[in-house]
Amino acid sequence: MTVATDDLAEMAPDRPAPVLNRTRPYYWSVRRELWENRSLHIAPLAVAAVALLGFMISTIGMPERRRGVLALDPVRQVIDVSQPYDFVAVAIIFTMGIVAVTYCLGALHGERRDRSVLFWKSLPISDLTTVLAKATVPFVVLPVIAIGVILAMQLLMLVWSFFVLLLSGVNPFTPLPLAQMAVVLVYGLVTQILWQAPVYGWLLLVSAWARRAPFLWAVLPPLALCMLEKVAFNTHYLATVLGHRLGGGHSEAFVTSTHLAVHKGTPHFPVLGVADLDPAKFLSSPALWVGLVICAACLAGCVWFRRRREPI
Amino acid sequence: MACIEARGLRKVFGATVAVDSIDLKVEEGRILGLIGPNGAGKSTALNAILGLTAYEGELKVLGRDPWTERDQLMRDVCFIADVAVLPRWMRVSQALDYVGGVHPRFDRAKAEAFLARTSIKRTSRVRELSKGMVVQLHLALIMAIDARLLVLDEPTLGLDLLYRKQFYDTLLNDYFDHSRTIIVTTHQVEEIQDILTDLVFINGGRIVLESSMEDFEARYAEVMVLPEQASAARALKPIHERQVFGRSIFLFDNVDRDRLAALGEVRTPSIADLFVARMGGKTERATA
Repeated sequence: MTVATDDLAEMAPDRPAPVLNRTRPYYWSVRRELWENRSLHIAPLAVAAVALLGFMISTIGMPERRRGVLALDPVRQVIDVSQPYDFVAVAIIFTMGIVAVTYCLGALHGERRDRSVLFWKSLPISDLTTVLAKATVPFVVLPVIAIGVILAMQLLMLVWSFFVLLLSGVNPFTPLPLAQMAVVLVYGLVTQILWQAPVYGWLLLVSAWARRAPFLWAVLPPLALCMLEKVAFNTHYLATVLGHRLGGGHSEAFVTSTHLAVHKGTPHFPVLGVADLDPAKFLSSPALWVGLVICAACLAGCVWFRRRREPI
Repeated sequence: MACIEARGLRKVFGATVAVDSIDLKVEEGRILGLIGPNGAGKSTALNAILGLTAYEGELKVLGRDPWTERDQLMRDVCFIADVAVLPRWMRVSQALDYVGGVHPRFDRAKAEAFLARTSIKRTSRVRELSKGMVVQLHLALIMAIDARLLVLDEPTLGLDLLYRKQFYDTLLNDYFDHSRTIIVTTHQVEEIQDILTDLVFINGGRIVLESSMEDFEARYAEVMVLPEQASAARALKPIHERQVFGRSIFLFDNVDRDRLAALGEVRTPSIADLFVARMGGKTERATA
């Protein structure tokens, strides 16, 4: 037996207390999600780049159109001018939604599939911290990225059109309520995330539970239940509830009557300004709170499964 | 305090009993080799010790229940579960940042010093490294953590001889300090014989043999015997016999050394030979 014989002092049972690092497990867990999932910022940036290119092409005939728009009444001016800005916001938010769904379905599944979960679990980070760090991505990281990209895009578009119009001798200032647009954007995104929280919770839960094909497990059972209800009772309560959850965030968070009166049927992104925000209605909706409770239950389930599920 | 203390440790998967009422005690400062055939229950037992799986029976690791107190336990316990479980997308520099960010006992300078002896670049991603380099990186991370228990489950599987040798040399020279405890499982038994202080054979979920290496060396002896003395050797009831170049090699358990010396040269058997003797079932007679 040839165990290396270090000096006897090292055999003393009381080792000197090691210097302990100050650790921030949650912070580093979120950072590692960003390292691993670079699509979180690349996808919105790529969509933004394409949209910006499209906008630049569209400015070829813009001075002419702008002259026409400036002859309209101020409300119609805003509606017309703001269209590409709203479109960019919607496109980025839509991208964010796709990225969020993809991320959530892979978050607790991928680490089991590539067995790296054994490495993560060899470090002193609780399953709760890990699950919260992963949930932080759809609930905080992606909305922050989306808001940042949208505001930067809109700013670039304004600056670009400023110079295009200036060179054509048209009034270069675009008549947009920028502060209001930013407030509406942030409010709209926050309320949408909160409203859809149980959806993200469900996706994370399936990701933590499924052995394979998390997308199918996430989508098919709810669809099957909707179908069962339809065939058995010829009703569609469940489909209505699910549909409202996926697409009804706006009607929960914004005043739904006023803009219809203003627009008189103009096909347009419905929200105009801060007057349309209705946080009291949103926060007092029992459906919101039921959804948040379901989300919390799903996250608790994620912690339970991450503790017990083995690598695939 | 014992590092690991198990009483009646048991784990059942459906109808399969993976670990069948194991009693085990490992003192601090030991290097234990856990040896067994595939499916013997080694990994399941280790998973229980590491708090990765629930179990029946009593188990204390560093005085804690690994299932209910895993979060605190993992500050003092480290493991390499398998080769190549480092996330493939991670950069070497990110791995250092991350482990330093989450582990209170990680000494980054130590990990850097170890990596400086390898050809691993900080900017490389794990997927760009060879299998041997991934293990070097993993070892660099683990060795820089001041843990009290290190568990290595087949840490050198699939590596070439040079990497395997270097792995255990580094472990012994740069890491082990007689106050840490190390548990190793491997199929390359002969390579760890010299570093172990204790030995446990496990088969069918049960402990077949438990011994310190001192006892192992005192108890087991191997003698190479010429054919004419073979029957005299068999009379001493060897636990195993095999043929090499026309001679018989007998393995004896607790037989007086002086009596064996009369038959031929007495050596300490390799763990591998004892393993074959114990796990191979009945004594194999290759005679015609």
